[in-house]
Amino acid sequence: MAKYRLTMNGSEKTVDVDPSTPLLWVLREELKLTGTKYGCGISACGACTVHVDGVATRSCVVPVSLIGKREIVTIEGVGSDPLGRAVQNAWVEKDVVQCGYCQSGQIMSAVALLKGTPNPTDKDVDESMGGNLCRCATYVRIREAIASASRQIKGAA
Amino acid sequence: MLSSIRLLTPVFVVALFAMTISLAAKPDLVNTAAGLAAWDQVYAVLVSPRCINCHTATNYPQQGDDRHRHFANVVRGPEGFGVPGLNCISCHQESNADSTGVPGGENWHLAPLSMQWQDVNDRPMSSAAVCRAVTDRSKNEDMDGPALLKHHAEADLVLWAWNPGRRPDGTMRTLPPISHQEFVAATRAWVEAGTPCPKGR
Amino acid sequence: MRPATELNRRSFIQLTTAATGGLLISLYLDKPSLIAQQPPPPKVYPPDAFVHVRRDGHIVITVNRLEFGQGVQTSLPMILADEMDADWSKVIAELAPAEDVYKDPLFGIQMVGGSGSIAHSFQQYRELGAKARAMLVAEAADRWKIPPDPCRTENSVVYGPGNRSSSYAELADGAAKRPVPQTVKLKNASEFRIIGKRVPRLDSHAKCDGSQKFGLDLDLPGMKIALVAHSPVFGGRVKSVDDRDARSLDGVRDVFEIPLAKGSAVAVVADRFWTAKQARDRLKIDWDLSGVERADTVQLLAKYKQMAATDGNVAINRGDTKAMDRVPAANRIVAEYEFPFLAHAPMEPLNATVKFEGDKAEAWVPSQFQTMDQMVIAEVLGLKPDKVTFHTEFAGGGFGRRATTDSHIPREAALIAKRLRGTPVKLIWSREDDVRGGYYRPMHVHRVEIGIGRDGMPVAWRHVVVGQSLLAGTPFAMMIKDGIDETAVEGAKDTSYDVPNFRVSVHHPTVNVPVLWWRSVGHTHSAFVMETLVDELATRAKVDPIAYRQKLLKADAKKLHSVLELLDQKSGWRKTLPRGRALGIACHESFDTAVACAVEVSIEDKRPRIHRATVAVNCGLAVNPLSVESQFQGGLGFGLTQLVAKGAITLKDGYIEQRNFDGYAPPYIIDVPTTVEVHIVPSTEPPTGCGEPPVPVISPAVVNALSRLTGKRYRTLPLTTI
Repeated sequence: MAKYRLTMNGSEKTVDVDPSTPLLWVLREELKLTGTKYGCGISACGACTVHVDGVATRSCVVPVSLIGKREIVTIEGVGSDPLGRAVQNAWVEKDVVQCGYCQSGQIMSAVALLKGTPNPTDKDVDESMGGNLCRCATYVRIREAIASASRQIKGAA
Repeated sequence: MLSSIRLLTPVFVVALFAMTISLAAKPDLVNTAAGLAAWDQVYAVLVSPRCINCHTATNYPQQGDDRHRHFANVVRGPEGFGVPGLNCISCHQESNADSTGVPGGENWHLAPLSMQWQDVNDRPMSSAAVCRAVTDRSKNEDMDGPALLKHHAEADLVLWAWNPGRRPDGTMRTLPPISHQEFVAATRAWVEAGTPCPKGR
Repeated sequence: MRPATELNRRSFIQLTTAATGGLLISLYLDKPSLIAQQPPPPKVYPPDAFVHVRRDGHIVITVNRLEFGQGVQTSLPMILADEMDADWSKVIAELAPAEDVYKDPLFGIQMVGGSGSIAHSFQQYRELGAKARAMLVAEAADRWKIPPDPCRTENSVVYGPGNRSSSYAELADGAAKRPVPQTVKLKNASEFRIIGKRVPRLDSHAKCDGSQKFGLDLDLPGMKIALVAHSPVFGGRVKSVDDRDARSLDGVRDVFEIPLAKGSAVAVVADRFWTAKQARDRLKIDWDLSGVERADTVQLLAKYKQMAATDGNVAINRGDTKAMDRVPAANRIVAEYEFPFLAHAPMEPLNATVKFEGDKAEAWVPSQFQTMDQMVIAEVLGLKPDKVTFHTEFAGGGFGRRATTDSHIPREAALIAKRLRGTPVKLIWSREDDVRGGYYRPMHVHRVEIGIGRDGMPVAWRHVVVGQSLLAGTPFAMMIKDGIDETAVEGAKDTSYDVPNFRVSVHHPTVNVPVLWWRSVGHTHSAFVMETLVDELATRAKVDPIAYRQKLLKADAKKLHSVLELLDQKSGWRKTLPRGRALGIACHESFDTAVACAVEVSIEDKRPRIHRATVAVNCGLAVNPLSVESQFQGGLGFGLTQLVAKGAITLKDGYIEQRNFDGYAPPYIIDVPTTVEVHIVPSTEPPTGCGEPPVPVISPAVVNALSRLTGKRYRTLPLTTI
C-alpha cells in the first residue's frame, strides 16, 4: 500500500492503495466516482476513459503509481468545461443513450476528439471513436451528437 | 631470456607492420564481410516482434509474437502518435504496467512511415531493403553511422525491447534473438565497417 | 372484439391482445398457461403499485421491466401517463422490485424477453393510467359535489364546470383511498397526446453525466467484493486449492469452494475488486476434469455436418416429399451453412449483490428474470421468496444474457452471501469470466436443398438444422415437443415464403457447453439462411430482390408486404449506386414485427463498409417512434456481431480460445452503417416488439451486397475473409 495525492476534477484527493491498482478502481472504489466504468480491463472497450492532463486515457490499464501530478478529469467533472457540457447536451439532445453503460467513455473520447479536431470529418470520427465499444450500437447517434456539438462550439466561437 | 626478447622485438614490429600493410591492401573485403555479418544480427533484431510491430507500413501498429493487428482499431494518426480520441499514450504510459499487461516507454509512438520495415501486407522486408531504409538519411531522421549506434545503444523505446514487460495473462513478452549488449556490439561492428548493405532487393 | 388470449408455441410465447378504442375488459393471466390452456379469472392491477402522485406534483411510474437499453423506462410510463392525462414533464420512472403484481401479464413471471415489454404491457399500462385518472376525477367530482361526467383532465389537472380546477397533487391522497374501478374507458387513438410521439428518454441526463447507477456501481456499507475461479472446462470440479499466496494479500477476507449445478468453483472475497482479482490470479487450483466432456468446435463442426446430411425430427412437412426428385440437378441449390458460438458480452459485466440476514435477505441484481432469480436466491438461503427483497438495478445491456434458466449468477452470489452472513457481497464476473463463461448462442449447421421451378421460384425445399436445444434440461423443457425445440427452427419452419413441398427438420445434439437465447434467438441463424438463399434465387431468376420477395411471400403476410412496399418507396438511392458499392436486401418477421432492410456496402481495408441502411418496420402502433428508431439503428449494429471477423467463440479440447475483447471483438463504430434511416409503417394494430426484430436482417442484407460485389457466396460466419 502507498499514498497517492491525485488531482481529481479540480481538487486534491489522497488515497492509500496498492501501487499496482489501476486508476479505474481507485476512482470507483476509493473515491466513489462510479461514472467511469469497467467494461473489459484491457483497454479494448473505452468504457473507462478519463482525461489525464487533457489526454483521453484508458484508466483500467494505468496503475495509479504512474499518474503522478497529472490532472485527472472524469465524466463527473467534464461538464465544468464548456466543450464537455456541449458534448453532454448534444448527447441528450440526440437521444444517444440506450443502456448507457459505455457512454461516459464515449463522451470523454468525443470531448478529446473535439478538443483536438473541432470540425471532425467522418474519418476523424471513425479513428478517434473507433476504439470505443457500444453493444447497443448507438454509433449512428453518436456521430450525430458529435456533429451537433461541433456545430455548437463553432457557433459559440 | 631477456636477450631473446630484445632480439625478437624488431621481428615482432616488422611482422605487425607487415600485417597492417597486408590488411590495408584488402580493407574493403574484410570490412564488408564482417560488416555484413554484423548487419545480419542487427536485421534479426529489427524484424523481431518487439521492434517491427511499431515499424509498420500501414495505418496501424501490430502486437504479439504473431504480429496481428493491434486491437481496438488503434491507428497511426498523422504523426504516429494516434488520434485525439485514441492516442498511443491513452494506454501506453512511460513505463511498463505489468499489473495490467500494457507495455510502456518514453513517448510511446509508431515509427514514421519512412522507417517502415514491412510491406502493406504486413510482411517483413528483406535484409537488403531494411538496410537501405535504415541507412537512408533522407528517411531515418538524418542519422549517420555513429548516430545510429547511439540510437541503438541508448534510445528508450529501443531499450524497451529487452524489457518489454508482462502480457495481460501474466506471461513475459519474448525478447529479441540476441541481448542488447550483443545488438549494440553488432551495430558497432556494422557501423565501423561503413554500414554495408547486402546486395539485392 | 377478440377477448381471448391465444397461446401458441412459436419462438417463446406470443400473445394477441384485444386492443379497442372503447371499453376494455381486463384479461391478464396469473401464471403462464404453459401447461393449463384455460385462461384464469381476470386480475385487477392496483394502480397504487404502478403510479404515485407526489405532493410536489411529480408522478412516479413504476416500470415492471428491467431497463437495459430498450427504453422501456420511458415507453411504459408514456402509455400510462397518456391515459392518465398526466403532465409528462413531471413524470419520473422507477424500476419495480420483484413482486407478484409486476409479473409479465402473459408469461406470468417478472421478466424481460421475447421483445414483449410493450406488446404484453401496453393494455395493462393503459388501463392503469385510465384507472388512476378515473379515481382522480372521482375525487374531484366528490369534492365539488358534482357527477364526474362533465369533468375533463389535461396535464395533471382536473377541470370542472364553472372554472373549477384541481391539480392531481392536491387530489392524490384522497383519490388513492377510493375504490379502484373494475372497468375503464380507454382513449381512442386519435386522443393520444404522448403515445405515438417522439419522446426523448427519461434516463438520458443521468447516463451522460456519470450519475446513473448500474448493478456494478452499487455501494453498500460494509460491502465485500467476490470473484469466482471457474473450471476452464465446463463442469470441472475442484480437486485441490493452494490459496496461501492469495490469502497473503492485504484485504482478502475469505477463499472457499462453492458447489455449482455442474462441478464446483472457488470464491474469493476481498475488500476491493483489484484485491479480489489479484488474489484469484494467485490461486493454484487443481481441477478434476475426469468424465467431463471436452467440447471442441472443430470436432463439433464435423459431427454437425454429418448430422445435417440426414433427416432430423420433422418440424414441418408440407406437400410432396418426392417433389425434389423431379427437379433436375442443374436446377437445384445445395447449401451448407456454419454458425459459431456467440457470446452476448453486454457492456456491463455480470454481477449480483446479496445480503443474507438469517431470516431474510436483500438482493440487487440487474436482472432480466426477477421471479426466477429471487426464487433461486431464496432456495439457496433456505428462505421463502417473499423474504428476499429483490431490487431491479439498471443494466448495462443484456441481450438475453441476464435471463438464465438456472439463475447461475444470483445463485453464486447467494452461496457466498450465505457464508458471509450479515455482509453484503457483490459478485462480479470479470470480462474474461464472461467471454469464457458459456451460455452462448449455440453453434449451428444448416443444410438446405432447393429445387427451382422453370419460373425461377422454388418448388421444393428441404432444410435440416443442427444445433443444441436451448430448453432441454431447463424448467422450460416441457415446451419441447416431438424432439423439436422451436427456438432452433423459428424463422425457417414458420416462414411466410410460399414454398410448396417444404420440409424442415432438426437435430439437437447434446454438448457440454451451456447455451442461451441471444437477441432474436433462432432467427439469428435462420434468417441468415433464408434471406441469403432467397437472394440467390432472385439473382438466378434475374429479378429485383424486393420484387422477388414480394412475389414469393404469401399474400396474407401483410406486415412483410407492407415493409417491402415501404422499403421500395424509401430506398430510391439503390437505383444509382457509385462504383464499388452494391446493394443488399433482406426482410424477416420475428416476434410479430416485420422488417425490411436495404444496405449500401463496399469493401474497405478488407472489411465490409456499410455506408447506409434504410429500414422499414411494421411493429403495429409505434408507442415511441424515437425509441423504435433507436432500437432499429442499434439492433442492426448488434446484429453485425455475427459478421465481424472476431465474432466467434471457439473451443479447443474443452477450453475456450478467446479471453476478452481482444479475441472476441464485437462491432465498433466502423463496423456498423454510417447512417440508418428508419421508416415505420403507420398502423393502429397493437404494438409488437422492437428489441429483437432488427437483429436478423442485417447480416444477410450485408452479405447479399457482398455477393454482388465479389460473386462469392458467404455461408460460414463470421466473415474472416471476403
